[in-house]
Amino acid sequence: MRIVVDSDKCEGHNRCYSLAPELVEVDDYGYATAKGDGVVPPGLEEKARLAVDNCPEFAITLVDD
Amino acid sequence: MSASVDADSGLPTTSPVDDWPTDYDIFDADYVTDPYPIWDDLRGECPVAHTERWGGSWLPTRYEDVVEMARMVPVLSSTDPIVVRPPDAASDVPGGYHTVNAPPISSDPPVHTWSRRLILPWFSPKATAEHEPFTRELCNRLIDEVIDTGRIDGAQQYAQQIPPRVIAKLLGVDGAKADEFTEWVRGVLELGLTNPALRQKSRELIRNFFMSEIADRQKNPSDDLISEMLRTEIDGKPLDLVHIAGTCNLMLVAGIDTTWSSIGSALWHLATHDDDRRRLVDDPALIPTAVEELLRAYSPVTMARVVSEDVDFNGCPMKAGDKVLMNFPAANRDPEAFENPNDVIIDRQRNRHVAFGVGIHRCAGSNLARMEMQVSIEEFLRRIPEFSLDDSATVTWAGGQVRGPRQLSLVF
Repeated sequence: MRIVVDSDKCEGHNRCYSLAPELVEVDDYGYATAKGDGVVPPGLEEKARLAVDNCPEFAITLVDD
Repeated sequence: MSASVDADSGLPTTSPVDDWPTDYDIFDADYVTDPYPIWDDLRGECPVAHTERWGGSWLPTRYEDVVEMARMVPVLSSTDPIVVRPPDAASDVPGGYHTVNAPPISSDPPVHTWSRRLILPWFSPKATAEHEPFTRELCNRLIDEVIDTGRIDGAQQYAQQIPPRVIAKLLGVDGAKADEFTEWVRGVLELGLTNPALRQKSRELIRNFFMSEIADRQKNPSDDLISEMLRTEIDGKPLDLVHIAGTCNLMLVAGIDTTWSSIGSALWHLATHDDDRRRLVDDPALIPTAVEELLRAYSPVTMARVVSEDVDFNGCPMKAGDKVLMNFPAANRDPEAFENPNDVIIDRQRNRHVAFGVGIHRCAGSNLARMEMQVSIEEFLRRIPEFSLDDSATVTWAGGQVRGPRQLSLVF
């Protein structure tokens, strides 16, 4: 499972960052990107889902490679 | 529409509303104190209501509609974001609405894009975390003052005291003027909405204050936001001083009433819901989640847009010049978007609330506001775990642009 942040949609709410700092990082402006290659380590799947389900911009998705 | 002000409640008195879908009044006493059933009715009956009151406006109540409208840039323009139109140009004062704006909130792209980028780093999670120790100490000082008395006005002696000092610190201005800042901001955003003379006077006071601060920083630069803006160049030219004053105006106006109202509403909820309060006392790690739910359920802010060209929105014939009230609080109570929206579920896990707006005008200070809410609730519950409303006192609410308690007498 991989977490993907659509940078065109992200408006910097930082909800994902506060819920799943292991999976996303934010730049100096508050805009989010997936950490590293975005692969969700075992045990963090629920955090990944929370990041998706709390984004007001629907900017985050989970993909199965 | 002209209105007088009720001496007891401080709310404007206008003619009663007979038909909410066609004649709503955001300053109606029932709407201010308990808007939720009104929104529920409107959502079912007429999801985008209209009124001629207060200069005329449209009022969406569905989540989907509010979000769609927030993305209709620049057809729904942000050039006039206050819910009641400013006094006309002929009566303008130095620093009034026709000379000093509040970018980026009062702008559309392209000005919005660079003026927002200019301030965002000051409100990133990392930047706002730097203000946390100060905020925590401030909360404790406020509690120290009342802890032996067994009572506190949660709105006036606590919630109201926090944001002006935090924003003053960020701006690099004198926090001892916090009460004045609050008075000016209420003059612009709350009491002034129904009192044009007060609104103009408050704008002028804010403008004069910041022009003087800017003049000082030109001579004595420091590391604060005002000095940073003075060092900033856009397209090779220094920022216009009026733009800087406008952004400072925004910081003050947007940073005070809003967060104060959120903290106050949270305290009101915790005073009236013992189970939720005790749960957070027992498990403070839940507070960040609870803050999001309290933001959803008691969203304080309604912003406005102005229609820049005639547009039909789901059958509503919006004309250029009409106002649209971005009813984020009602969106957050929409059953299509939230399960049991009128229940406060203190550990609600899935919560795409739009209390801070959505789209390009997402509240730039949202990280700061969240930090202030979390810290203020953590410290209040840690020091005063058991409290309730003072039954002998009345809770009063302000509304219109920003909704929250203004008198909140608590006993412990």
